[in-house]
Amino acid sequence: MVALNVNGKSYDVNVDPETPLLWVLRDTIGLTGTKYGCGIAQCGACTVHLDGEAMRACIVPVSEAANRKITTIEGLAENGVLSKVQQVWLDHDVPQCGYCQSGMIMAATALLKSTPKPTDEDINAAMTNICRCGTYQQVRAAIHAAAKA
Amino acid sequence: MTGTATLRRRSLLVAAAATGGGLSLGFGIPAGPARATQVREINAWVVIHPDDRVVIRIARSEMGQGSLTGLAQLVAEELECDWSKVTTEYPTPGQNVARSRVWRNFSTGGSRGIRESHQYVREGGAAARMMLIQAAAAEWKVPASECVAANSTITHTPSGRTTTYGKVAVAAASLEPPKDIKLKDIKDWKIAGKPVKRLDTLDKLTGKQIYGSDLRLPGMLTATIKACPVHGGKLKSFDAAKVESMPGVRRVLAVDGNAVAVVGDNYWAVHTALQALPVVWDEGPNARVSSDTIAAMLREGLDAEQAFIGNKAGDAKAAIAGAVKKVEAVYSYPYQNHATMEPMNATALYTREKCEVWCPTQNGEAALAATAEAAELPVAQCEVHKLLLGGGFGRRGRSDYVRQAVLIAKQMPGTPVKLVWSREEDMVQCQFHPVTQCKLTGGLDAQGNLTGLHVRISGQSILASLLPQNLQDGKDPVVFQGFNPGGAESAFGYNIPNLLIDHAMRNPHVTAGFWRGVNTNHNAIYMECFIDELAHAAGQDPLEFRRRLLKPKHLAVLNAAAEKAGYGKAPPGRFHGLAQIMGFGSYVAGCAEVSVSSSGKLTIHRIVGATDCGVAVNPAQIDRQVAGSFVYGLSAALYGECTVKNGAIEQTNFDSYNVLRMDEMPEVESVIIPSGGFWGGVGEPTIAVAAPAVLNAIFAATGKRIRSLPLAKHDLKSA
Repeated sequence: MVALNVNGKSYDVNVDPETPLLWVLRDTIGLTGTKYGCGIAQCGACTVHLDGEAMRACIVPVSEAANRKITTIEGLAENGVLSKVQQVWLDHDVPQCGYCQSGMIMAATALLKSTPKPTDEDINAAMTNICRCGTYQQVRAAIHAAAKA
Repeated sequence: MTGTATLRRRSLLVAAAATGGGLSLGFGIPAGPARATQVREINAWVVIHPDDRVVIRIARSEMGQGSLTGLAQLVAEELECDWSKVTTEYPTPGQNVARSRVWRNFSTGGSRGIRESHQYVREGGAAARMMLIQAAAAEWKVPASECVAANSTITHTPSGRTTTYGKVAVAAASLEPPKDIKLKDIKDWKIAGKPVKRLDTLDKLTGKQIYGSDLRLPGMLTATIKACPVHGGKLKSFDAAKVESMPGVRRVLAVDGNAVAVVGDNYWAVHTALQALPVVWDEGPNARVSSDTIAAMLREGLDAEQAFIGNKAGDAKAAIAGAVKKVEAVYSYPYQNHATMEPMNATALYTREKCEVWCPTQNGEAALAATAEAAELPVAQCEVHKLLLGGGFGRRGRSDYVRQAVLIAKQMPGTPVKLVWSREEDMVQCQFHPVTQCKLTGGLDAQGNLTGLHVRISGQSILASLLPQNLQDGKDPVVFQGFNPGGAESAFGYNIPNLLIDHAMRNPHVTAGFWRGVNTNHNAIYMECFIDELAHAAGQDPLEFRRRLLKPKHLAVLNAAAEKAGYGKAPPGRFHGLAQIMGFGSYVAGCAEVSVSSSGKLTIHRIVGATDCGVAVNPAQIDRQVAGSFVYGLSAALYGECTVKNGAIEQTNFDSYNVLRMDEMPEVESVIIPSGGFWGGVGEPTIAVAAPAVLNAIFAATGKRIRSLPLAKHDLKSA
């Protein structure tokens, strides 16, 4: 049994402690907003927060996430109100297919928390997520807008 | 996408995970014109709720390109409905069959979503509006001609009486559809033609959006698969006993004679077991093929006697032979993977009476046909439920993964099985961008005029790989995208008195397929870089050289891109490169602005794209498609290469198949110059100009001609 705290809720999951957090979130807990893209921490589609820090859930063994505060894309909105980052994403019509956007939003949220007024270089360094549709320009504009909001 | 009420016959409530999550999703399984009380289907395209909500049916698949919103705009424009009350839904492929293909073509490729359905979807919206007005007029006992509709409200002009679509929908639904439908003049558009926001954004921001790989059905198991890495190879044997007792593993199954799947409780369990499973392949003779043998095979075709002719004028060979100056160059283009963010997946539920599939697909009807064939059931006993695609780019037009899911589910009747490919499987079992080489030979006269041009393409045919029945006496006409003598689809832009463009078909065993931009990607590099070479040989500016040769619409977009970019006035240390092509019914051009440091580091600062798509349905979404196309095309130019060793593709994940990311993203500017009178596509054409514009800018910066991709392989250091 591994004790997890996801989006403020407690879960006791009966899985192999080496199972990547990604698959526990998706298949065991049923939070499918966190996506599988590569399994080797290259694409960032699986980005979640562990104690507020952006992590790629596909390479984090679930045992390492035990008793830490896990936040997924489903945990950003509060009482149905979008987070600031989600709201600017909506205002800027950012997603195309949208599959990478959970990870983009989680990465951007962590960036803005640590660096409230990021420069383009800060954004380049923090936002290494892959988007095959090519929404990078909208992502950048949305992050700058969130910093001003 | 919401609002499946009218289509819903019975709902399959998706169980939330035992431990939480709270996810539920209803799926309509329609088999006829089922109608819930008071919710009325006015016609195949339009459903009206009593509270005036409007559901617009969209037959084409949404994969990020935005045509779901664009098509809804076109229907809503003619319907005269309140745009803020519009939602959309997919009819199913099975229902399309049952209703005599009332929604026509579901296939979503070739940038055809809007350009090939605008007429009938607008007529659908207009017909519904006329029926709603007719119903109101009948209720008021006044002539319909005295009534007008706007914003979902019908007004009887003489009396000022009003009603809403929701109130008359029941009466309207029983009326005969009108026969004479007049569409609005485009200049009167209020919703279409405007940069409205996408209809499908919110759920993509909260994790609520269900993609194919997110589907959960009661009692569902998960499968993952490995097919012979050498295309054409077979499954010889596997040792199931080695993994069957691993936790969460239920079954180990042979699939289609060339693959093995593990089925179990969750993805990590089956993925771990499949990796541990001993498998023996019969790789066949293709195991001797490598990138080098493929290159040699293509090289032979560059000078082969026999070739299929795609475009011919005058006598190119004689003109070149008699030219004052002869220029020759050989280019090549590698295999590339679509690498959709969401790996291939499909969920199937098979019983002896029925087979249902839930999948992300660009071609719902092909997925239905593949389902019926694999299930060995009549089409009427099969159904496909389309789910949102985590990227398509041509890859999801093929139904190989659907067939696999059905073949697995067929071995486990009554149990829904979700097949999810690993990224590694997705990288190896693609239908790759075809591999080609090209020899271009041009002749210039004493004044530097281009008097003759021969373009010899040697390489792989997509049709031969995927649709051999579509070859024309062995010739693949799609090879000549952007090189066609004329036509509304993909016409060659240059007036050259003596011209020969031909194709020596050489087909390696690696499966080729439709990859966003398709054959325009390499054809634009070959032509646009070689035109630059010719301009240089003639001692002329590349823009001026092109201006003397290009047809008006091709030239107009090139001029627009050059003007917006400030061509010829690049800041110090930066250089411009140009490219243009007609593809997918549209005219596009690009102007790249780059710098190359003395150590050889390339920076693409800026790229301007100009688009003439005839009619612009949503300029904001066109801008996004232009930007996204540059990202796709630049990823291909900078990094995109899949190599072959021992018959198999070597790149297995993003660590060996890199793509452009945020730090390399240039500033993209889009100029839309819709000249009217035709409807062109926008999802693909711009990709083709990305690489040649950059390659030409690199030449301007360094004097180096790059004639093969990816750029990452080349040293741009100053000599």
